[in-house]
Amino acid sequence: MSDSQGPIWEVFVQKKAGQPFVHCGSLHAFDKEMALQNARDLYTRRNEGMSLWVVPSAAITASSPEDIGSFFEPANDKVYRHPTFYQIPDAIGHM
Amino acid sequence: MENKNFEDVFEAKLAKNEMVEPKDWMPENYRKHLIRQISQHAHSEIVGMLPEGNWITRAPSLRAKKVLLAKVQDEGGHGLYLYTAAETLGTSRDELLDALHTGKAKYSSIFNYPTLTWADIGAIGWLVDGAAIMNQVMLQRTSYGPYARAMVRICKEESFHQRQGYEIMTHLSFGTKEQKEMAQDALNRWWFPTLMMFGPPDAESPNSENAIKWRIKRETNDQLRQRFVNQTVAQIEYLGLNLPDAGLQWNEAKQGYDYSEPNWVEFKNVISGNGPCNKERLAARNASHKNGEWVRAAAAAYAKKHAEPFMAA
Amino acid sequence: MNHLFTYTLRLADNALVLGQRLSEWTGHGPFLEEDLALTNIALDTFGTATSLMEYAAKVEDKGRDADALAYRRNEREFTNILLVEQANGDYAKTILRQVLVDAYNVLFYTELAKSKDETIAGIAQKAIKEVSYHYRHSSSWVIRFGDGTEESHNKIQDALNELWRFTGELFEQDETELTLIKQGIAVDSKAFQSKWEKQLDELFAKATIKKPETVFMQTGGRKGIHTEHLGYMLSEMQVLPRMLPDAKW
Repeated sequence: MSDSQGPIWEVFVQKKAGQPFVHCGSLHAFDKEMALQNARDLYTRRNEGMSLWVVPSAAITASSPEDIGSFFEPANDKVYRHPTFYQIPDAIGHM
Repeated sequence: MENKNFEDVFEAKLAKNEMVEPKDWMPENYRKHLIRQISQHAHSEIVGMLPEGNWITRAPSLRAKKVLLAKVQDEGGHGLYLYTAAETLGTSRDELLDALHTGKAKYSSIFNYPTLTWADIGAIGWLVDGAAIMNQVMLQRTSYGPYARAMVRICKEESFHQRQGYEIMTHLSFGTKEQKEMAQDALNRWWFPTLMMFGPPDAESPNSENAIKWRIKRETNDQLRQRFVNQTVAQIEYLGLNLPDAGLQWNEAKQGYDYSEPNWVEFKNVISGNGPCNKERLAARNASHKNGEWVRAAAAAYAKKHAEPFMAA
Repeated sequence: MNHLFTYTLRLADNALVLGQRLSEWTGHGPFLEEDLALTNIALDTFGTATSLMEYAAKVEDKGRDADALAYRRNEREFTNILLVEQANGDYAKTILRQVLVDAYNVLFYTELAKSKDETIAGIAQKAIKEVSYHYRHSSSWVIRFGDGTEESHNKIQDALNELWRFTGELFEQDETELTLIKQGIAVDSKAFQSKWEKQLDELFAKATIKKPETVFMQTGGRKGIHTEHLGYMLSEMQVLPRMLPDAKW
């Protein structure tokens, strides 16, 4: 077997309960238990989180820079998706 | 789109101070420059574990032992963040380590000097990390996203390193006569090698121009070196130690200190493999790598036997 | 005889000597991630050692502080078990030494957290969480090695053959321990010996390795009679405070 450092995993940390998991970096590990332990030892040494996800990098599908136009610009003119689009009588107060 | 178009988009990004991300088009030279710079930086971190690690088992108090261990561990973590940043550019850790172990890749010249006394651990934290931080703070705004993000994390973690070094120097400088002598000796030995860390003078720095143009670096070697000297003199004076360079003098006109140039012939020699510890450092890295080979093979074999469906690739 | 001091110091010595061994790996691990993982374990271990050393110094009350206990005692005054002072060897040996200690420590500190001595109970309470993680780490490596390649299997089996003879000391009891057990301060380790063995047997089965059958157990640590390894370790560790006895660090 050729020597290697194992596959790359992406690490996501949840800082506090209720908050979203945020990508914080990558690491190498040979299996999922090792990936989880390494993530703990690498990315939570200073109380950075209380929950972890590890995902093999190879399992991630990402959009391309060329997709920016077709993926994200069509959302620009859908102003009706935002509450500020609508007019509510002042007399009603906050809604 | 043609290459020219891609290049315009890339240039426009840099002009607007936007980050370049892994999937963005980038000029081949930019990619190469980054791989070289990030991996040199990563190598420096893990080779840097060795001179400091040299004193872990001899740290003179329980507190000092934990602090040094945590610090050396951080250096390993920083190397790791940087290797993974480099890997987003299409290289692998295997390739990068191979370049280090075969002597093809370079790393910071400073780690080829020996740590002879406990005061050297103080001097490294104070001077060497102090110098490194100047560079690293600047690199938090470097143009390549993964590199910049790694640097943000590194800077946050580095903040205790320089303080722990200066704390050691304080204990020694205000301690017994022998301790103070130890501190002075360390300052004298580490001063010029630290100045060398910023790289050759701007006039002779082969890679600086591109690095500035691409916003990988934002200040020149000489600018950073001058800033380091200016901030360090007062710290030396506080310790009551003698200045390590007779040429250090305040220059009213430039509002900074004049200083003697380091020995650049020595620098070139240390960089190209002829420093006092180059061979030992490489030998130590190679030995760990080789001793770890069966461990990695075992982990790989175990993972293969118990493969998860999602890992089948 | 101050039994509480003797007992606390023993536990402190175990942690200090093991931490010192683990820290020798820092910068030389089999790969970067694992280097950091083992260093974390070393740091936890030194943390426990420091708390115990400080408490031992306080209990002794003779003007020695934790550093004096760590750095100014001779080899014959150290009372750690022989297992923790054994040289690191290859990574399999380091991991196997660790799993024997970790499996023990999980059970031991769980009991010690119920100690009637509040300080000791507090130290143990904090240590439980740490050593549980250490066991998770070391036991997963034992399985990877045992069930990995032929080479790793042989190495972890060799390590077990070599180190098992130092496990008898984990369950020894002398007057100090018996006295403190009666007072509800110390842990009766014999009470969980079979649990410890069963847990390890299950782990070894998973790793497809076997304990050596007839073994003459080594002893002496509690009396300060050590293997030849400890003297070298201490002379390295203590060099600065010994060289400049008046200096503060």
